[in-house]
Amino acid sequence: MSRTTKAHLEQDGPTERTPPDKPNPVTPSGIEVPVVVTPDMVDFSGIGQPGQYPFTRGIFETGFRGRLWTIRQYSGFGTAEESNKRYRFLLDQGQTGLSVALDLPTQCGYDPTDPMARAEVGKVGVSLSNLAEVELLFDGIDVGGISTSFTINGTASIIYAMYCAVADKQGVPREKLTGTIQNDILKEYVARGTWIFPVKPSMRLIADTILFSNEQTPRFNAISIAGAHVRDAGCTAVEEMGYTLANGLAYTDELIRRGGEVEKFARRLSFFFYVHMDFFEEICKFRAGRRLWAKLMKERYGVEDPKAQMFRFGVVCGGSSLIGAQPHNNIVRVGTETMAAVLGGAQSIFTCAFDEAFQIPTEHSAEIALRTQQIIAHESGIARTVDPLGGSYYVEWLTDQMEAGMMQVIEEIEEYGGVEKAVEDGWLQMKIAQRASERKRAGDSGETVIVGQNYFRRDDQNEGIGEVFKLDPQATARVIEKFERVRDTRDTAAVESSLAALEKAASDDGENLVPYLIDCCHAYATVGEMVATLKGQWGEFEEPVRL
Amino acid sequence: MSLKGKRILIAKPGLDGHDVGAKIIALALRDAGADVIYTGLRKSPDYIARVAVDEDVDAVGLSMLSGSHKEIVAETVQCLEALDASDIKIFIGGTIPAEDHKGLKAAGVCGIYTAEMTIDDVLSAIDKELAA
Repeated sequence: MSRTTKAHLEQDGPTERTPPDKPNPVTPSGIEVPVVVTPDMVDFSGIGQPGQYPFTRGIFETGFRGRLWTIRQYSGFGTAEESNKRYRFLLDQGQTGLSVALDLPTQCGYDPTDPMARAEVGKVGVSLSNLAEVELLFDGIDVGGISTSFTINGTASIIYAMYCAVADKQGVPREKLTGTIQNDILKEYVARGTWIFPVKPSMRLIADTILFSNEQTPRFNAISIAGAHVRDAGCTAVEEMGYTLANGLAYTDELIRRGGEVEKFARRLSFFFYVHMDFFEEICKFRAGRRLWAKLMKERYGVEDPKAQMFRFGVVCGGSSLIGAQPHNNIVRVGTETMAAVLGGAQSIFTCAFDEAFQIPTEHSAEIALRTQQIIAHESGIARTVDPLGGSYYVEWLTDQMEAGMMQVIEEIEEYGGVEKAVEDGWLQMKIAQRASERKRAGDSGETVIVGQNYFRRDDQNEGIGEVFKLDPQATARVIEKFERVRDTRDTAAVESSLAALEKAASDDGENLVPYLIDCCHAYATVGEMVATLKGQWGEFEEPVRL
Repeated sequence: MSLKGKRILIAKPGLDGHDVGAKIIALALRDAGADVIYTGLRKSPDYIARVAVDEDVDAVGLSMLSGSHKEIVAETVQCLEALDASDIKIFIGGTIPAEDHKGLKAAGVCGIYTAEMTIDDVLSAIDKELAA
C-alpha cells in the first residue's frame, strides 16, 4: 500500500489543502453556533416531559426502556425468489422487520415486458408485477407475524392492495397486517422521480389508501411522509424537516377533504428521514420536528388526542453522506449517524452498508450494517434512559433554533401558494437543484470537509472494497418468463371485469379505489394494466423542466 | 475554457429519478457559457438521439444511477448512428462501477464523470473532449 506523496497531492489539486484546525462555527443549515451556550440563552419551559405534549423529549414516557427501535434493513433485488432468500437470512439473523426495495418498472407502473422497462427489470429492487410475484416473495413467511415496509410511492396503493391480497391468500386476517408503505407522492415530484399521475388524482389515491387502511388494516402505516429524498437531493436538515411537515399538512388537508377525521387518521401518519453527519443538528432536527408537528396538529386542526399529535418516524443512516473513496470509512459514518438517530428518538432505523454509495450491498456489507445497530443497541448503553440529552443547554438551544427555521420554510411555501402549486410549477425542484449545486461546490472548494474525498486522500483509495455484488444476469429473463406464464394462464374475463370496475371508480371522486385495486390483484391483473387504466382516466404528470 | 457557445444536451434515460447530478452539471455548464438543454426524466434513447439531432448539439450527457448504463449507452450509440449523427459525443455520469469503464469507452463513451470529481474537473474534462 503506497502512501500519498506530495507530488500526488499536487497533481490531484484539491488534496493539497491544509485541513482546518478549528471546527466550523456554522452548522450545515446555516445556524451560527456560539462558543458556549449558557443557561440564560435557553427557555426550558417549552420542553415538557417524555410522552407528553409537545413531545420534545420523545413520544413514549419510557423511551427505549419499553422497547428498542425496530431494526429494519432495506433489501430486495432481482427476482422474488432471490429476495425471499435474503429476507429469510435477515430474519434468521435477528432482524425484526422487513423492508422491500422494488425495481423501477414496478415503482413507475410498467410491466417488465414494456419497452420503457427493459433495461431496469430487477436492477434496484425486486420486480413485483402481479400477485403471483408477491406470493413468491412471502413464501414461507407469515405476513401476520412480521412488519413489512415497502418503499413505494407512485404505485403504493397497488402494492398495498397486493399485500392485502397476499394476506387473504395466506388466510391471515387483514387487521393483523403491520408495516408501512411510503405512499408519499409530493416528494417524488421534487426529488425521487417515480411520479405517474398529475398531482390532484395522486393526492386522492393516497388519501383513499390511508382511509381504507385505517378501517381494514388499523395497525398498518399507509403513509410515510419522507424528507429523506429531498435531503439527499441537496437541501439542509432544517429544509428537510420543513418541507416534509409542509407535505404532511397537505396530506392532512386532502384527507379531511375526502371525509377523514383528523383525530383518527393522524394517529397513523408516520415520517421518514435521512440522518447525515452533523451529529447535533441531526439530533435536534428530530426533537424540533416532533415538537413542531404536535403544535401544528393541535393549533391548526384542534387535535386533542395525544396519539394523533405524535410524530412517529423512521430513519436511514447513510445516503449521500456515504462516499466511494476509502469506502470502509462509511462504517464509521453510519455508526455516528445511528447514534444521532437513537438520541433523536427514532422508532425504526435502517443503516446503509458501506458499499451502498456505489452498488447493491453484498451479504457481508449488509451484515456489518445490521451489526452496527446491534452494537449500538446492546453494547453502548445509549438507550438506557429517555432522551439523555434533554436539558443540555446546547441541545435545547439548537432545537429551538431549528424549529424556528422549519416554521420559516413552511411559511415560505404557504406564501408561494402551497406545496401542490410549488411542485406543479417546478419552483421547489429548482430551489433544491440550486441547493445541491451549493452543497457540491462547498465540498469541491474544501469548505466542507469530506474525509478521503477532499482531504486526507490516498492514491489507492478506491481499492480494498473486496467482494462485488453481482446481479444474476438471468434474472431479467426469468422475471419476464414468469410474467408471461401468469399473463397467459390467468382468467382473462376476471381481469377485464376487474379493470373495467376500476376504470369506472376512477372517474367517480366519491369512490374509494382500494377495494377495486384489491379485486384486480386477486384476478392477477398486472401493475402495468392497473396503472394504464388509471392513466386513461387521469392522464400523466407533466414534469416542469426548469433550471 | 471554450465551453462558451457549445451546445450540450443533458439527459435522464431510463426510469431512474435521481436527477441531482444531472442538474448540477447542467447548471454548471450553463454558468460556464454553454447552451444547455435538459430533457427531464424518463426519456428513451431514441427520444434523446432525436432531440440531440434536432437541437444540433455537440455532446450528449447521460446521467444514470440504476445500473442500466450498459444497455442505455449501447442503445443511444445505435440511435445516433441511425440518425447519421455519430459525430455527437457522449459522456456519462452517475453510479458507474470502475470495472465497466473500459467497456463503456469501447462502446463509444468519451468521458465518465462520477460524484467524486469536482464540478470544475468535470467541466475541464468536457471542455477537453469537445476541443479535440
